[in-house]
Amino acid sequence: MPVIRVEELTFCYNGTEVISEIGFAVERGVYLAVVGPNGSGKSTLVKNILGILKPQQGRVELFGRRLDDFTQWEKIGYLPQRLNGLNTHFPGTVAEIVQMGLTKKDPALLADTLDMMAIGHLARRLIGDLSNGEQQRAMLARALIRRPELLIFDEPTTALDPETRDIFYALTQELSRKEGTTVVLVTHDSGVVGQYARHLLYLDKKVIFSGTFRDFCASPDMAGFFGATSQHIICHQHDKTGSGR
Amino acid sequence: MDLPEIFAYAFVQRAMLAGSLIAAVSALLGLFLVLRRFSLIGDGLAHTTFGSVAVVLLVGISPFYITLAALPLVMVSSLAIYKLTSSKKINADAAIGMVSSLGIAAGIILSSLSGGFNVDLFSYLFGNILTVNRTELVLSAIVFAVVVAVVVYYYDDLFAVTFDSELARSMGVHTERLNVILFLLTAVSAVLAMKVAGIMLVSALLILPALTALQLSVSFRKTMIAATAFAVGAVLCGILFAFVLNLPAGAMIVVFNIIFLLLVFGIRRLFTGRG
Repeated sequence: MPVIRVEELTFCYNGTEVISEIGFAVERGVYLAVVGPNGSGKSTLVKNILGILKPQQGRVELFGRRLDDFTQWEKIGYLPQRLNGLNTHFPGTVAEIVQMGLTKKDPALLADTLDMMAIGHLARRLIGDLSNGEQQRAMLARALIRRPELLIFDEPTTALDPETRDIFYALTQELSRKEGTTVVLVTHDSGVVGQYARHLLYLDKKVIFSGTFRDFCASPDMAGFFGATSQHIICHQHDKTGSGR
Repeated sequence: MDLPEIFAYAFVQRAMLAGSLIAAVSALLGLFLVLRRFSLIGDGLAHTTFGSVAVVLLVGISPFYITLAALPLVMVSSLAIYKLTSSKKINADAAIGMVSSLGIAAGIILSSLSGGFNVDLFSYLFGNILTVNRTELVLSAIVFAVVVAVVVYYYDDLFAVTFDSELARSMGVHTERLNVILFLLTAVSAVLAMKVAGIMLVSALLILPALTALQLSVSFRKTMIAATAFAVGAVLCGILFAFVLNLPAGAMIVVFNIIFLLLVFGIRRLFTGRG
């Protein structure tokens, strides 16, 4: 049973198709990178998967249940793209926000999760008083605290410094490998694809490519679509890291 | 007249109790509204309350039950504002302005039809908490109990939806249902608040205590408690000074809300250098 199954998904905004007849499945433990140019529908796809947006056509299943019938939201950790929209006047402490949605508050779990993101010292600070990077780390901690089976990150590392970004990717890779956590990562960072994410979904309103990174690098169709040089650059970038493939 | 003498009057006791309950309810709901940038909804609902009171007076319902009778119309208006603000095609502030103008226009036309503005309608425009009756006191207590129960029961969901409604939806929070509950309770609160501060000043009870508490920069839970405390404090001080100085209670309550806001703002600036 796939963790995510998307079939014939179409979403229109003001009559314009943002994504069209998208279909793919994500199995348990897969680390999937969703890539594509600006406006290709990556974030829209994620919002449709999570029920934030309602598609005009198609269906989404999470853990084998249709989205309308799905209730086990504690299995999912989500980090939205925009932190710019964060209300800086919101009087929530880091501890309150990280524990948001937890039915049972567990101080030890909170401390562990905050330490994992190196923000244990910020627990009592208001979220609006933090720097963008600290806010992002707090939001990552929030997504991780329930130890979810499915993690969905929409451009999670934009506000992070390189060191924290590496820690974040290593952590998600470890969760995927050791705990079998499924990771869906929307990213512009082609260096991440292949190094951490073994599977790739290339979107441009439609699915251009869906499969493993190895298949992507070997695909003559993709060489034709991107040009052999671009394909080689992406794949070579990965080869240099010496991992993943 | 000394304090024990003032507090001995039954109508003063009723006013202070009902006023405190209504102010607490308004402050609790106001915090969610202010943080979600729906501050103007109080104004919008107050204006539709004006139209609703005019309808009730035209129909000839006894002024004794006017608060109760105006409730359904204001609740419907509140849902209309919610539906319009949810629309991607109309901005929230424009939607509130639209319903608000309709409420005032309807009020003016209906009062004209019923022979011009009368004393009853004016008393609702400016409010008079000292004339609160037993029905209104009981209604205030019921609404207070309901709002506190809703806030306690849905605390986590309300926190999430106030922080980020999309994130809340991804956590399985029924944001639509929560919004409808919030808007309906705000409508009830606005109708009751018209008795305390008058239609002209209803939004002050929703906005000012929340703004004052937000200046404290403390956790969400503490901000809620502080907003309620400031609201109740302003009602008690307002009624007391209105009685002693023979001034309108509603306006004095608003003045004390402003005084608290300026005090907290000033103290914060003094100690933290942040304004």
